[in-house]
Amino acid sequence: MSNYKHIGKDFVPPDITGKVTGKARYAEDFRADGMVFARLYTSPMAHGRVTNIDTSALDGMEGIVGILTADDVPAVEAPNAAILTNTPVYIGDPILAVAAEDEKTAEDALARIRVHIEPMPFTVDPLDSLIEGGPNAREEGNVFSRSSEGSGFRTVKWTPQQIADFRAGKEPTGEWVNEWRYGDLEKGFADAAVVVEEPFVTTGYAHMSMEPRTAMAYWDNGRCYVYGSAQSQSFWIPGLARLLGVEQKDVVLISEHTGGGFGSKIGAYPIAALPGWFSKKIGRPVQLRITREQEYYIGSARVGFQGWIKMGFAASGKITAADIFIVEDIGPNATGGDASSAGGAVSLVYDPESLRFRGLPVLTNTTPRGAQRGPGQNQIAAVMAPLMDKAARQLDIDRLEIRKINAVNNDSTVYENQEPVTSAYMKEALDKGAEMFDWATKRNKPKTNGSKVIGIGIGQGYHSAGTKGFDGLLRITPDGKIHLHSGVGNLGTYSYASTTRAAAEVLKCDWEDCVIERGSTDANLPWSSYQAGSVSIFAHTRTNYVAALDAVQKMKQIAAESLGGNASDYDIDGKNVFNVKNPRQSISYGGAAARAIQLGGSYSGAVYPDDIHEITKRSVERLAGSGLIGVAKDNLEQNGVIPGLACAFVEIELDLETGKYDILDYVGIAECGTVVHPQGVEAQMKGGAVWGMGMASLERHVYDPHNGLPANVGYYQCGIPTYLDTPLHIRTAAVDLPDPQNPFGARGIGEPAMGCSVAAVTSAISDALDGHVFGRTPISRDMIINHVAEREQSFKPLQTNNF
Amino acid sequence: MNPNLSRRRFIKAVIASGAAAATHAGMPSALAAGAADDATKGGVERLMSLNINGKIRRVDVLPQETLAYTLRYKLGLTGTKIGCNRGECGACTVLVDDIPNYSCSTLTHSVRSRGVLTVEGLQAPDGTLHPVQQAFIDELAPQCGFCTPGQAMAAVGLLKDNPNPTREQARQALSGNLCRCGAYDNYLNGVMRAAGGKA
Repeated sequence: MSNYKHIGKDFVPPDITGKVTGKARYAEDFRADGMVFARLYTSPMAHGRVTNIDTSALDGMEGIVGILTADDVPAVEAPNAAILTNTPVYIGDPILAVAAEDEKTAEDALARIRVHIEPMPFTVDPLDSLIEGGPNAREEGNVFSRSSEGSGFRTVKWTPQQIADFRAGKEPTGEWVNEWRYGDLEKGFADAAVVVEEPFVTTGYAHMSMEPRTAMAYWDNGRCYVYGSAQSQSFWIPGLARLLGVEQKDVVLISEHTGGGFGSKIGAYPIAALPGWFSKKIGRPVQLRITREQEYYIGSARVGFQGWIKMGFAASGKITAADIFIVEDIGPNATGGDASSAGGAVSLVYDPESLRFRGLPVLTNTTPRGAQRGPGQNQIAAVMAPLMDKAARQLDIDRLEIRKINAVNNDSTVYENQEPVTSAYMKEALDKGAEMFDWATKRNKPKTNGSKVIGIGIGQGYHSAGTKGFDGLLRITPDGKIHLHSGVGNLGTYSYASTTRAAAEVLKCDWEDCVIERGSTDANLPWSSYQAGSVSIFAHTRTNYVAALDAVQKMKQIAAESLGGNASDYDIDGKNVFNVKNPRQSISYGGAAARAIQLGGSYSGAVYPDDIHEITKRSVERLAGSGLIGVAKDNLEQNGVIPGLACAFVEIELDLETGKYDILDYVGIAECGTVVHPQGVEAQMKGGAVWGMGMASLERHVYDPHNGLPANVGYYQCGIPTYLDTPLHIRTAAVDLPDPQNPFGARGIGEPAMGCSVAAVTSAISDALDGHVFGRTPISRDMIINHVAEREQSFKPLQTNNF
Repeated sequence: MNPNLSRRRFIKAVIASGAAAATHAGMPSALAAGAADDATKGGVERLMSLNINGKIRRVDVLPQETLAYTLRYKLGLTGTKIGCNRGECGACTVLVDDIPNYSCSTLTHSVRSRGVLTVEGLQAPDGTLHPVQQAFIDELAPQCGFCTPGQAMAAVGLLKDNPNPTREQARQALSGNLCRCGAYDNYLNGVMRAAGGKA
């Protein structure tokens, strides 16, 4: 056990009271004098060209304030998403907006506008576009590849035979565009005692954050004030400034609370800039509150996979080779990159001796895709778990053992370049989970009880969980208060607060003496991470650490200057800086802050390090002279991949007559280094578990291939898990072993928390059905019934987005 | 209530029956066209008194206006959230005479002379948090927090009806409230803590 004062201890995040009292303000809770309401007209066609917009019916209509079209906002280069467009590429693509004195009038106006759209070819399933003669989702092509060597459109077509072979589960022979590999794949398969080979589908689905994203904006003295729904805070500024066509210093982002992000609000998204442009045009504050349906359209979705995987296993159970081919559904805006991340996840979690990844990113006219909680890692986690089970059965190895044999550890090297990991304790996580779950007993329990079948499963999740190079900033004021400036967004993980406790730890101060400054650019925030990819805990315990070290050193220097001796003669106790040899020689933190203001220079922030980001510099300049400033860029050593890991054990009872199953037991184990905020880790593990349950069996895109219409734009239709879809109890724990490359040993966990869940559930379903591999998420009830009844499934092999 | 009939299923059945529906703006546009001004034109009296959180509020309400709209846009009670505006998510849950209701699917005129309790009315006059609110904090139940007011109102409604629910009863009672963060386990812990039982 550590002797930390704050790290590893629970606390009450300062914003949580507002959440339970209703006082917490989200973007749509803000108002400005003279504010008008905007509503969106979105494309009713999957792909088309706007030929005419007739707004004459609005002439003289009371309450209408203005209309904004694509001609009023910057054009963007395909395939990127525009704020408004005249060439919509999916149903729901925003075409224009109307502002009115109230929302109802704006909506009534939309109903009177006549928009003429010339239809163009569209596709909702990548394989329908890939086949010779198939439609392209965009005029420029059907494939868009982003790479460091250059990005661009391609038109790639496979022969009908190649498509048929792929659907039949054979190794794809069509063209691909992305490839990386390591090790000797051929030797790996030659050495294998068992080879498993399966096609797979993971269908995309909507993020569906609870808050229909809202933005409100106005201009004041040349600066644009945006009240937005943002996943990160400081990180939004460069992108938002670009979208608004202004310098970063002229954008103020207010985002106190955000109603969910899950990857869909990492950086500034186009629609967040619409009110700024509209306000500029009409000279009044504009709020755009989109609808639930529009949140489905605009709010992003998980990338879908259609793939093939072949793995070789030695008689010992060690994976000798993994060959992965993924056709990736990247929507209309070519957002994703999930497929390569999936290959990376296989490389890391299972540490195979050789691996080849091949990928083909295909455009579709479905909703835009984006990062969604474990983008790529969690899709492949769901695919891998039943395959590991299949190999274990063929090798007559326990399903837990085969995972331990292949578990990533401190000596593993991962990814294409076989990089080291900072630390990894997957085996320890599996052991802890197996003990809590009582795997040894449950694996030998009777499986059937009438029509009910028990299945148990194990899942493993991974996402890289850290980054470096961002800034830390704090300020001690003469009243002794410690102001912890957090540029991390507030999307519900509480990491905006828990990471600042690293600074409090270094300063040895009481939490009650700390004030977190956040929620607005004007709160003088440091340059901070993207608050995604599970990076925040690692990245920002480090930034707070270096800022606090800077503050401590300055306090010691001030004490030496005021009381005599050298800075090294002094130490701190949380309230005072004192001479180690003569503790009565001391100065309080507040006293040091007052002295810092008198001394100026770096003490007061008048001078600051050269290497901090311009956003941090501006914040320090505004704070200068108001206290003792601790500011620094995180230049701490960092080498190798920083893994966030998790595993889960699930027991289900599946009804063979209905295809429904209940989760009887769930144990999730976090392997995220030292636990910084126990309740926070538990909340992420439980929330991730629910997300995994949704992906495993409930959530999917459904599009009508004949007209491109989405069939499920609401919560219920989308299959968001409810209380009744999740077990009555979810049990979690953490390995809690420190990572050497974080001052407190911490790494992130948000995404692996889901990957382990979806994998454990697909593993348990397979177990309940005597090892049957569906090779598909979600595994719906009708699929289970069809399998049990030995009927064909209702969809073609590898069909996606419309089954 | 039939213990096998979850609140979620019940509410869905009500919605499917067309009992109430709203457009995105909180008002059915077709009904709103030429908004029936007042009782003199055969419509309902627009200026009405509402009993919100124990206080009488005078407010001008269109005939087709939803309670969520009135609360948020007319009375400034923005603690009530609109997540879907179609009776699916429960973020807008308030109590009407102690019964949880989706305020997005409740016409304001239908609560005339009834008592409405919103999340803003849970705290004691001295600021003490309601046991459900305190328990939600203790259990770190909210994540993003957008669904929290609705979860809290559903929980308060349950405990008014059944002060000592089982965890299963609590799950059924809150099943009409979605949480995309997936914090169901924490909310249930909160309900059980507030009820005085162990989580």
